[in-house]
Amino acid sequence: MLFLLIRRGLRQHLVSTAVAVLLVALGLGLVISVWVVRAEAEQSFTRSASGFDAVLGARGSKLQLVLNGLFHQEVSPGNLTAEDFKEVQSLPFVDRALPIVVGDNFRGVRLIGTNADFFQHLEYAPGLAYQVEPGGRPFRLDQKEAVVGSLAFHQLGWSIGTTFHPFHGLDYNPNAQHSEIFKVVGVLAPTNTPADRVIWVPMEGVQTLGGHDPSTFTEMSAVLIKFKPGAQAAGFMLDQRYNRQGKRLTLAWPVAAILADLFSKFDWFQQALQALAYMVAVVAGASVFSSVYSSMSARKRDLAILRALGAHRGFLITAVLGESLSIGVLGCALGFGLYAGIASLVQEILRTRIGVLFDPWAWNPILVWGPVLMLALSLAAGAIPAWRAYRLSVADGLAPLS
Amino acid sequence: MDPTPALLIRDLVKSYASPSGRKLEVLHIPAFELRAGQQVALRGESGLGKTTLMHIIAGILEADSGSVAVGGTVLTGLSEARRDRFRAERLGYIFQTFNLLQGLTALENVELGLTFGRGSDPRAAMEALERVGLSHRAHYLPRQLSTGQQQRVAVARALANRPCLILADEPTGNLDLARGRAVIALLRDSAAALGSALLVASHDTDVLGGFEDRFDLAALNRVPAHEEEL
Repeated sequence: MLFLLIRRGLRQHLVSTAVAVLLVALGLGLVISVWVVRAEAEQSFTRSASGFDAVLGARGSKLQLVLNGLFHQEVSPGNLTAEDFKEVQSLPFVDRALPIVVGDNFRGVRLIGTNADFFQHLEYAPGLAYQVEPGGRPFRLDQKEAVVGSLAFHQLGWSIGTTFHPFHGLDYNPNAQHSEIFKVVGVLAPTNTPADRVIWVPMEGVQTLGGHDPSTFTEMSAVLIKFKPGAQAAGFMLDQRYNRQGKRLTLAWPVAAILADLFSKFDWFQQALQALAYMVAVVAGASVFSSVYSSMSARKRDLAILRALGAHRGFLITAVLGESLSIGVLGCALGFGLYAGIASLVQEILRTRIGVLFDPWAWNPILVWGPVLMLALSLAAGAIPAWRAYRLSVADGLAPLS
Repeated sequence: MDPTPALLIRDLVKSYASPSGRKLEVLHIPAFELRAGQQVALRGESGLGKTTLMHIIAGILEADSGSVAVGGTVLTGLSEARRDRFRAERLGYIFQTFNLLQGLTALENVELGLTFGRGSDPRAAMEALERVGLSHRAHYLPRQLSTGQQQRVAVARALANRPCLILADEPTGNLDLARGRAVIALLRDSAAALGSALLVASHDTDVLGGFEDRFDLAALNRVPAHEEEL
C-alpha cells in the first residue's frame, strides 16, 4: 500500500514530478559526465601513446611532437636527418626507434611512412603487437604499398587490392594529387589507438613522392622511442642530451606528463563545468523539494485521512520521503541514460577523430557517489515536507471543506 | 450478548485555548454508554461539539480528563501510536465528506482501511464492497462515482475491519434525502450483520427519526451551548 500511495502521489502531480525527475537526471548526467569524461579522456590519451616512451623531433614544442608523432594531429615542427635517427637507434638503452614521415594524405586520412620494424616486435600495449588482419600482409619497403588502419579502412570503404593516388599535404586538396599509385595490401588489426585511423606506407614511399624536395628524401618527421625495460635513467639522459645541451632537436618525454600538461590547460573549463553541474544538482534538489512540498500541501487532507484510518506518523514520513526518494531514483536512472548518451557521443568523436578508445564505464568513484549524492539530496529535499506531514493535526486536516 | 460495553464514557472533559488564550471548555460529559451491537443516534446542532466528541472516542483527539473505553479498552491514557493502532483495528469511522483518497480506486480505498488494521487483503476489501453493492465499481476512482456511491465506499471501508464500534459523523450531510436514507439503512443493516455498535451523530431529524435510541448532545454535555459558541 505504501508503494501504491507513493506511486499515485507522484502521478497526481505528474508535471512537477516529471520536471523534478528531469532536473535530477540532468544534474546527475552532468556531474558524472564532467568528472568521467575528463578523467577517462586523459587516461585514454595516455593509454593511446602506442607503447612509446618518448618522441624525438625537430626543435619545437614537446606537445606538438607528441600530438604529431603519436596522435597524428597537428603538423610536424620540422624534420630530422637519417643520421639523427641512426644515432638514437644506436643508443644502448633504446629498445626500439621507429621513424615516421608525415606530409601526405588521402582525402584527409594521413599517410604515415615508417619502416618494417612497425610490424616486428613492436607492441602498442604490453603483450599486444601491431598485426595485419588475415588476408593481408605487411607492405614491402621497396613497393608503393599500404597497410590501412582499421578505422580508416572502414571509413574509406576500401578492400585489399584497392589502389589510390595520395594527395600532398596534411589537409585534403583535390588539386594536389600525386601521380604515384599505392596499393592496399593489408589492414591493421584494430588497436584502439590513433594507428587505426591512418594509412601506413613504406617510409621511402612518401619521402620520394613526386613534388617533394629531393634534398629531404632521407629526412623524417619524428622518431618514436621505446626504452629498454629497466632503463630508468634513459629519459633523463636523452633529455639532457637533446633538450638542454643540444639546440637542434627536441625530446618529448615523458609522454604522460606532457599529456597531463595539455589537459591541465583545460582545468579552468573543467572547473566551470563542475560549478555548472553543481548548480544544476542544487536546482534539482530545490525542484524535488518544491514538487514534494506542493504535493504534500495539496494532499494534506489525504494525509489526515490516512492518520484517521490508523496510519501512524512514521508511515506519513515514510510516504513523503518515499516520494522524494522515488524522484531521486527515477532521476538517477534517467541521469545514467543521459550520461550514456553524452559518453557515447564523446566516445564516437574521440574514436573517429583521434583514434582514442574512451571507456565510459571504466571505474570512477563518481559513478557511485554521484547517484548517492543525488539520492541524499532528494531525501534531504523531502525532509521539510516529511516533518510537516509528521506534525499534521488530523482534526485540522479533516476539517470540512468550505 | 457481550456484557462489555461497546463504548463507555466517564467524566469526559475537553477544552480548547481561545484566541485570547483563555481555556474554553467545550465538552463535559459525565457518563455515556453503548452496549455491544447497540445503534444510537446522537443529535446535536452544528458547533455543539459532535465532531470533537467523535474524534475523542476515535482516539484522534485527547481528552483533558475522564475516560473513554471502547470494547473494554480504555483509550484515554494510551500513547498516540497505540490509539492509532486501536483505531485501525477496532473502529470504523465514517465522515460527512466521505474522505476517500481521490488518487485511489474504490477497492484501494477500502483496502486502505484494512492495511492499517488487520492487514492488506484485496479479497476482504472486495467482500466489503459487495456488502454495500458496489463491487461492480471497484476500480472506479471516487470522482467517477456519485456522492451516494462515494459514501457507500466509505461505509465499506469502515466495515472492512469488522469493527466493534462504528462512528458516523453527519454521514448524510452531503447527500440528498433519498440517498441519505439509503446510506443510513445500509449502515444500520451492515452494523447489525457484523454485530458492531453504531453511533451516528447528526443534526438531521430525518436521520435521527429512525433510531430507537436517541440522545441529545446538549443534554449529555454539561457545558452550555452558548459558552462553547463564544
